Amino acid sequence: MAALSVMTGGGSWFLALALGVTLLKCLLIPTYSRTLLFQRFSVIFTDALFVYAVHECCKCVDGKKACKELTEKPKFILSVLLLWNFGLLIVDHIHFQYNGFLFGLMLLSIARLFQKRHMEGAFLFAVLLHFKHIYLYVAPAYGIYLLRSYCFTANKPDGSIRWNTFSFVRLISLGLTVFLVSALSLGPFLALNQLPQVFSRLFPFKRGLCHAYWAPNFWALYNALDKVLSVIGLQLKLLDPKKIPKASMTSGLVQQFQHTVLPSVTPLVTLICTLIAILPSIFCLWFKPQGPRGFLRCLILCALSSFMFGWHVHEKAILLAILPMSLLSVGKAGDASIFLILTTTGHYSLFPLLFTAPELPIKILLMLLFTIYSISSLKTLFRKEKPLFNWMETFYLLGLGPLEVFCEFVFPFTSWKLKYPFIPLLLTSVYCAVGITYAWFKLYVSVFTDPPVGKTKKQ
Amino acid sequence: MEKWYLMTAVVLLGLTVRWTVSLNSYSGAGKPPMFGDYEAQRHWQEITFNLPIKQWYFNSSDNNLQYWGLDYPPLTAYHSLLCAYVAQFINPDWIALHSSRGYESQAHKLFMRATVLIADLLIYIPAVVLHCCCLKEISTKKKIANALCILLYPGLILIDYGHFQYNSVSLGLALWGVLGVSCDWDLLGSLAFCLAVNYKQMELYHSLPFFGFLLGKCFKKGLKGKGFVLFVKLAGTVVASFTLCWLPFFTERAQALQVLRRLFPVDRGLFEDKVANIWCSVSVFLKIKDILPHHVQIIVSFCLTLLSLLPACVKLTLQPSPKAFRFTLVSCALSFFLFSFQVHEKSILLVSLPVCLVLSEIPFMSTWFLLVSTFSMLPLLLKDDLLMPSVVTTMAFFIACATSFSIFEKTSEEELRLKSFSVSVRKHLPRFTFLPRIIQHLFIISVITMVLLTLMTVTLDPPQKLPDLFSVLVSSVSCLNFLFFLVYFNIIIMWDSKDGRNQKKIH
Repeated sequence: MAALSVMTGGGSWFLALALGVTLLKCLLIPTYSRTLLFQRFSVIFTDALFVYAVHECCKCVDGKKACKELTEKPKFILSVLLLWNFGLLIVDHIHFQYNGFLFGLMLLSIARLFQKRHMEGAFLFAVLLHFKHIYLYVAPAYGIYLLRSYCFTANKPDGSIRWNTFSFVRLISLGLTVFLVSALSLGPFLALNQLPQVFSRLFPFKRGLCHAYWAPNFWALYNALDKVLSVIGLQLKLLDPKKIPKASMTSGLVQQFQHTVLPSVTPLVTLICTLIAILPSIFCLWFKPQGPRGFLRCLILCALSSFMFGWHVHEKAILLAILPMSLLSVGKAGDASIFLILTTTGHYSLFPLLFTAPELPIKILLMLLFTIYSISSLKTLFRKEKPLFNWMETFYLLGLGPLEVFCEFVFPFTSWKLKYPFIPLLLTSVYCAVGITYAWFKLYVSVFTDPPVGKTKKQ
Repeated sequence: MEKWYLMTAVVLLGLTVRWTVSLNSYSGAGKPPMFGDYEAQRHWQEITFNLPIKQWYFNSSDNNLQYWGLDYPPLTAYHSLLCAYVAQFINPDWIALHSSRGYESQAHKLFMRATVLIADLLIYIPAVVLHCCCLKEISTKKKIANALCILLYPGLILIDYGHFQYNSVSLGLALWGVLGVSCDWDLLGSLAFCLAVNYKQMELYHSLPFFGFLLGKCFKKGLKGKGFVLFVKLAGTVVASFTLCWLPFFTERAQALQVLRRLFPVDRGLFEDKVANIWCSVSVFLKIKDILPHHVQIIVSFCLTLLSLLPACVKLTLQPSPKAFRFTLVSCALSFFLFSFQVHEKSILLVSLPVCLVLSEIPFMSTWFLLVSTFSMLPLLLKDDLLMPSVVTTMAFFIACATSFSIFEKTSEEELRLKSFSVSVRKHLPRFTFLPRIIQHLFIISVITMVLLTLMTVTLDPPQKLPDLFSVLVSSVSCLNFLFFLVYFNIIIMWDSKDGRNQKKIH
C-alpha cells in the first residue's frame, strides 16, 4: 500500500496526464479499422518518446510565477497543450501516421539546445531529418543557431559577434555528426547508385502547387483570388471562356495546373519566396542572438514561412509550427495570443482530414476540449496583463463555429452540393489561410519589435 | 463557479469517452434470430410508432411479446415513440412494421448511439455536474476531480454505450430526485424520482430510502403542522405523476393489470443467467430453485431483503440527513441486489449511482466498489465483444480516482468512517486496532483476484464438464465482495449517530 501511495503521490500528475492520453488513444482505435491492431499499438508505443520529450521540455519552462495551484503552473499547462494536442491526436491516431515519434525527436532536440547540450541536439536533429525530410523546413534555424551560438563561444558585451572566439573543434564535431548520420542513412543507396531516384521520390515536384485540399497558406489565397478574378472576368466578358481549362484546381485531383488570370507559379518561384520569407528571421538570429528562446522563435518562423510559401504543402505541416510554439506560449502574453490564433485555425484546418459520420462527434468534441482549455488556461495564466485578443481576433475565432455548422450540417442538404462540391473545402482553406497569415505576420512583428532579452537564461 | 472551463473540459472528455466506446459493437450484433438489447430498443420504436397505445403491452399478431415485448413502464414507451418519430423522418425503413426486424446498418447504429448520447447529455450529465458543484466543504479542484471520476465510471458507459441501454435516463432522473430532496426542494425531487420509477421499475430499489427520508422530514416538522402539510403535498405529487404517466392505461382495468404483469414477471424464477447475488452463488452448492417451491422462494427472498435493509431505513426515518440518505440509498439498493427476485447483473448500476455520490466522502472504498461492480459484469461485456473498451475505461477510471483523491493515503480508521465502530469494539477487545490493515490486504487480494480472473476468462477455455466455470467464478467472487460492502456500509450507517452528535454542523 505504501508503494502504491508513493506511485500515486503528489508529483505524478504528469504521469497521469500521459497515461490518460494514452488510454484515449487506445479508445480511438476502432475509428480506423483498416489497419492491423499491431500497427495502431505501435504508434501508441512509439509515442513514449514524445512523452519523454515533453517531460524534458517542461524542465525548460521556468516556474518563476509562484503558483500554488497545480492547474495554473506553466509546466502543467504546457504538458496538457503538448500531450493532448488535438492535431497530433487526430493525425496520428485516427488518420494514422507516426508523427508523435518524430515530433518527440524534434522537441527533445529543442530541449537539449535549451539545456546547452548542443551536440546531442544536433545529433537528434540530424536523425530526425533522415526520418522525414519535411524537417528541412527548419534546418536553416538549426544551422545558423549552432554556427552562431555554439561555434562562436562568446559574444561581445553588446551582443555582436566576436570573431576570434570561433572554435574549429566544435564546427568539425558538428559536421562529423551530421555526416555520420547521413552516411548511415543514405550510404546503402549511394552504394547502389540509387540516389537520384531517392531524391525524386522525396521531392516530387510534379505533384502540383497545392494538394487536393489546399493547405491554408499563401497559395490558397492566391488560388482563390485567381478564381474570383476569372469568374469576374467571365462575367464582364474580358476573358474568352474557350481558353479557360475547366475545373482545374478544384477537381480534387493531385496534378499540375495553370492559373487563369494571375501568373502561374513554378517550384522555383516558391523556393525564392520561401527563402525571402525566411531571411529576415535568419538575420535576426545571426545579428541579435537571444539564446535558445531566439532560436525557438526563428525555428517557428522558418516552419511557418515554409508552410506559407512552400510547394505542395500538406495541411498537416502546420503542426511543425504549432508544437514548438506551445513552448513559447506559456512564457509571454503576446506569444500566447499568437499561439492561440495559430493553433485554433491550424487545428480547424485539419477537419477535412476526417470526413466520415462516426468521426464527426469525435473531432468536434476533441477540438472544443482543446480550444476551450487552451484559451481559458492561458487567459488565467496571463490574467494580470492586457486581454489576449482584440475584438477583431475574437470575431474571427468565433466565426469558426458558424463556418463548421455551414460546411458540415447545412451545405450537404442544399442544392449546391452537386454543382459545386468543393465549396466547403475552399471556404475552410481560405478562412484558415487568413488566420494563419495573420499569425505569421504578428510573429514576425514581435521578433523585430521585442526588446532584446538578457543573454543566457538559467535552466 | 471559478474554473468553469475545467468543468467544461471534464464534461467534454466524458462525452468523448462515451462516443469512442459507442464505436464498438453492441449487444446481439449480427446474431439472428433474437439479436440483443439493441434490437429490443429498435423493436420498441417500431411497436410504439405503428400500433395504438392499447396494443403496446398485449400479445397480438402484430406484437409478438415473445420477441422483445415491452417490459418497462410507460415512460420508456413514450421515449421510444419520440425516437421513432425522428427515425421516421430520417429513414422509415428502420421502424417499418414487421419488415424492419433485425435491421442493422452503419447509419442506423449512428442514429441509435446518438439517441443515447442526447438523452445522457440532457438528463444525467447536468445532474452530475450540479451534484459536484453543490458539494460542501471541498475545494473547486476537488469538485472538478469528483465530476471527472463520476463521469468516467466504466460500468454505466459500457452498458449504455456498448451493450446498449438507456440507464442514464432513469439514473439521471433518480439523481435529480436525490438532489432535489437533499436541497429541500422536496416536491420537485419526488416528482423526478417518480418519473425515474416510471421509466424503469428497478428504480424501486431506491424507493424505500426516499420514502424514509421524506417521512423523517415530515416527522421532524411535526405531525400536526407543517409536517402533515408536507406529507399531503408529497402524496399528491406522487399520485399526480403516476396518474399522468399511466393515463392512457387507466381506461380499462385489464390494461393496467397487463402492464403490471409485464413489469413484474413473478413466474420467471429466482434468477436468470449468472448474476452476482446470493441466490445464484448459493445455488452453486445447493440447488435452491429445485428444493424450494415457487411461492416459498418469493417469500424467503422478500423476508431476507426486508431484514437486511430495515435497520438502515428505520434509522434514516428517525434521523434524516442528506448524508445518511445517500448512504442508505447504497445499502438499500445493495440489499435488493443481493437478496431480491429476478435480479439482472445490470442492476448493479442502481447501487453504483449512490456510491458515486459518496465518492468524495470515502474515496478508497467507493473506488474499490465501483471497480468490483464493473468486474461483475465481465461475462456480459465479453459476450458483446467489449473487452478492450472495458479494460481501457477501467484503467482510466482507476488512474483518475487514484490521482484525484490520493486514495492510497486515506486508509486510516478516521477516513474509512470506522472510527466510532472501532472505538466501540475496543471497549470489549482492547487490541482491535488492525482493521485498516485488514481492509488494505483485502483490497489487494480482491484486485489481484479480479485481474487474474479476467486474464483467465480471456485467454483460457473452460473445461468441457464445466462450461460456465468462469462466469460462475466471476459472479461468486463479486458476490463475496458485495457482501463485504453490505456489512461495511451498514456499519457506517448504524455507528454514524455517535459521530452525528459530536459534529458541529447539522444538515
